[in-house]
Amino acid sequence: MEKTVNQKAWFLVLPVLILVAFSAVIPLMTVVNYAFQDTFGNNQFFWAGLDWFDELLHSDRMWDALGRQIVFSAIILAIEIPLGIFVALNMPKKGFWASFCLVLMSLPLLIPWNVVGTIWQIFGRVDIGLLGYTLDKLGISYNYTQDFYAAWITVIVMDVWHWTSLVALLAYAGLQSIPDAYYQAAKIDQASRWKVFRYIELPKMMGVLMIAILLRFMDSFMIYTEPFVVTGGGPGNATTFLSIDLVKMALGQFDLGPAAAFSLMYFLVILLISWVFYTVMTNLDKRES
Amino acid sequence: MAWMAWTWPTAIFFGVIAMLLLTFTVLAIKFPETPRTGVLRIETTRGDRLFITLLGSAFINLAWLGLVGDNQPYALGVCLVYALAVFRWV
Repeated sequence: MEKTVNQKAWFLVLPVLILVAFSAVIPLMTVVNYAFQDTFGNNQFFWAGLDWFDELLHSDRMWDALGRQIVFSAIILAIEIPLGIFVALNMPKKGFWASFCLVLMSLPLLIPWNVVGTIWQIFGRVDIGLLGYTLDKLGISYNYTQDFYAAWITVIVMDVWHWTSLVALLAYAGLQSIPDAYYQAAKIDQASRWKVFRYIELPKMMGVLMIAILLRFMDSFMIYTEPFVVTGGGPGNATTFLSIDLVKMALGQFDLGPAAAFSLMYFLVILLISWVFYTVMTNLDKRES
Repeated sequence: MAWMAWTWPTAIFFGVIAMLLLTFTVLAIKFPETPRTGVLRIETTRGDRLFITLLGSAFINLAWLGLVGDNQPYALGVCLVYALAVFRWV
């Protein structure tokens, strides 16, 4: 039977196209327009050409924020991915405790960003917070509002606390999909625990792990609320990540032109890295199938 | 549309992007192709190569502005060479 070609089905995609246009494409086009102009408010714009891009590319401010952002994302990926896999490997596979662990692991994911920030801001305070108070009594100097390392450690531990369970749940889903026959074959071959992990569990988890890495990378690369609530980007500029700097520039200083140029470069970096991840993911899938 | 702060150069830029997308859509319908594997060792279609070209061109322009500084239009020449290389070898 010959298949009929009906292109009218494309019209069914129209509502999504309109929605995406209003929520993403038109705002992005506006940002591009802003990036080449200067404004003093009142909807009056003056052509600035490439000045904002030139200024930002030669200023330390953006490079420093980008550096901090890359270091932050690299650290949290280096902690959360192995830790998430470790947790998933040790979670019960069946029964009451499996469901219990799943619920427990989901809890941090349900808490809104600003609430997480507030929890950790209070938790780390030396006067009323359990963590800050205990460390202080143990004689460890800890003040995330004044000390560079304390601020970084707080922000990283907070992110690990908030998001490791996402990696663990994804890795757990990957592990659950491995048929028992694989483990039985490994047992017959007397494979060690490490070899079972290396040659059975890890390859089977690879697909979901790539999704976990992509999600955690993108999320950490645009992190704003949690560090903003806890440290406000300080001490000094120590935890001023890209989006915090961007908001300071756009809303704090109302420098719409430079902020638009900044966000375009930010967008390009995210687009590039996400494309690399996506390409690796789809190629892995193809190789598996 | 005043709030979008349109200018002629940005309008032309988006016009060119829109034309490119339209042309490649028509090409994909009229002359369907099978993906091929190039120097990057990944399967790419014409659309993928256009994406790689546009994304790379943005970085080439930024790099030119940051490293060379003057004569920005020459960066477009580099982009053109890059585009030809991408469509030939990627």
